[in-house]
Amino acid sequence: MTIAPKGPRKLTMKQRYEALTRDLDWEPSYVDKRDVFPHTEFEGIKIHDWGKWEDPFRLTVDAYAKYQAEKDKRLYAVLDGFAQSQGHLSLTDASYLNAMKVFLQGVTPLEYTAHRNFAYLARHLNGPGPRFAALCQSIDELRHTQTEIHTLSNYNKYYGGFHNYLEQHDRVWYLSVPKSFFDDALSAGPFEFLIAIGFSFEYLLTNLLFVPFMSGASFNGDLPTMTFGFSAQSDESRHMTLGLEAIKFILEQDEGNVPIVQAWIDKWFWRGYRVTALVAQMLDYMLPRKVMSWKESFELYFEEQMLGGLFADLAFYGITPPKHVDDAIAEKETLSHQVYWTLYQFSHAAAFTTSVPDAEHQQWLRDNYPDTFEQLYQPLWAKEEKNIEAGGRHFWRGLPQLCQVCQVPMLFTEPGDPTTICQRESVYDGETFQTCSNGCQWIFEREPEKYVQAWLPVHQIYQGSCGGPTLPDVLQWYGLEEGDSGEYKGSVDEKNWNTWHDDHAPTGTEG
Amino acid sequence: MTATPAATRTVGVDIQESEANRSVVEAIEATNDGCTVKHMPGLVRISAPGRLVVTREAVEERLGREWETHEFQLAIVSYFGHIKEWDDDEIVIAWDH
Repeated sequence: MTIAPKGPRKLTMKQRYEALTRDLDWEPSYVDKRDVFPHTEFEGIKIHDWGKWEDPFRLTVDAYAKYQAEKDKRLYAVLDGFAQSQGHLSLTDASYLNAMKVFLQGVTPLEYTAHRNFAYLARHLNGPGPRFAALCQSIDELRHTQTEIHTLSNYNKYYGGFHNYLEQHDRVWYLSVPKSFFDDALSAGPFEFLIAIGFSFEYLLTNLLFVPFMSGASFNGDLPTMTFGFSAQSDESRHMTLGLEAIKFILEQDEGNVPIVQAWIDKWFWRGYRVTALVAQMLDYMLPRKVMSWKESFELYFEEQMLGGLFADLAFYGITPPKHVDDAIAEKETLSHQVYWTLYQFSHAAAFTTSVPDAEHQQWLRDNYPDTFEQLYQPLWAKEEKNIEAGGRHFWRGLPQLCQVCQVPMLFTEPGDPTTICQRESVYDGETFQTCSNGCQWIFEREPEKYVQAWLPVHQIYQGSCGGPTLPDVLQWYGLEEGDSGEYKGSVDEKNWNTWHDDHAPTGTEG
Repeated sequence: MTATPAATRTVGVDIQESEANRSVVEAIEATNDGCTVKHMPGLVRISAPGRLVVTREAVEERLGREWETHEFQLAIVSYFGHIKEWDDDEIVIAWDH
């Protein structure tokens, strides 16, 4: 009896990863390693053995391509089905899309910036493990940019506010908040970028940004957004892993790295947290059907999981929770209300619309914020309701002072004192600079030479860099068109929505 | 710092709620004693004290076909904890310290 020769033995995941990802690296023989990787020393981080980097996902190019292609196929099937069935008509309300407008204008361009910077890491990190993980993330981020644009482009056929998001990201005042955050990371060194985006943003805060948001989409009939969100988020769990591996690896390599990393965590927690202020108001004010409050989401995804879980783990290395975390916890019951109240008054200069929360919505806010809403914010809305009855829905006609670091208008209050605006002043090189909080002031004073260069939209308007001296000049420069901005009630979006639903018309008129 | 030890600190995973993922969720429930399952719009969150494991065998049993652990990438939305192991047979989420 002859025994058939055994087929080639299948490699295990570990072996495949070693063979196809790690073993493709080589030691340069005729060029100095420092010349090949010139950017990994100047930040003061010491790495002794790049081989110690672990990638639990053990991804190889073939596995990566196979699963990413499958994710895209599933998503595009949903997009087609939704568009073909006039799915936009089954949203809870046209006003829901304000959250998506802010997302497209504020977040999608960040995905592209992340793509660029992870491509840089994929070239410049010394070890093959982190280089490959960064390469995958770079391609992921490009995929996210594209799928988000594709997903939301369907709404652009029927609703305002979606048509000029790229230019607006570079120009409009509230969008300088996310843009300047990412530019800050982009202009840091490779290790700081890893801690800023890979760890502080992807691991610490991304759940806060995406998960409740995508559940919100699911709850409000927005199937495509929910699907791209979960599709992107499944990559995100790989990115979280990259961030967590990065911090553990850097901390384990050299004790001298610990204080450097701690300072970056202190800085980037607060920078990222300030950007999530935009998400806070989306959750509490922009979703017609609510999923969970910002407060609840913050407690679950940040306090419980990160402070209770992760930081207990990092204590092993001597890492402590971020410096200004107590200030963030202290404002969880006031944050979203303060931000939305400001956006409400400035939405004539924004690419979304706002409205007074109706009675049912205010009841929800009272239930979810029993210690603050009724006392502090309900009276503001009551007063505004009277203004509207008298025919005077109000918009703020001046320009706000912006924080030099986070670029949010100075709307936050003193820790523990929700009726006094918090304003910090620092002097650098004979000039006075304003910041919105202890956290932003600390960041400013640590690197003033960086933050004095901030492109602050309000300053730029006054300097004449934004289309002209009058409000209409600036709004034209923003590329805002009729129906993009202002009050939701009576807006083009609302009128169309009512027409499509009252007359049972098959579709809306486009444009 | 008197932190809760890694053995009892909660870890967890968020999974997209779908027909295909139901077997995965059921497998995790059956494999992990003391885990908690919470349904949220569009997703299922499973958390457990100290450690959560997904085994290929348990998933295949319920799915009725071969399943490679890489496929978990299509199901996972987010997680908390640290991915300690991800090989051909199992995925383990736990804290290190």
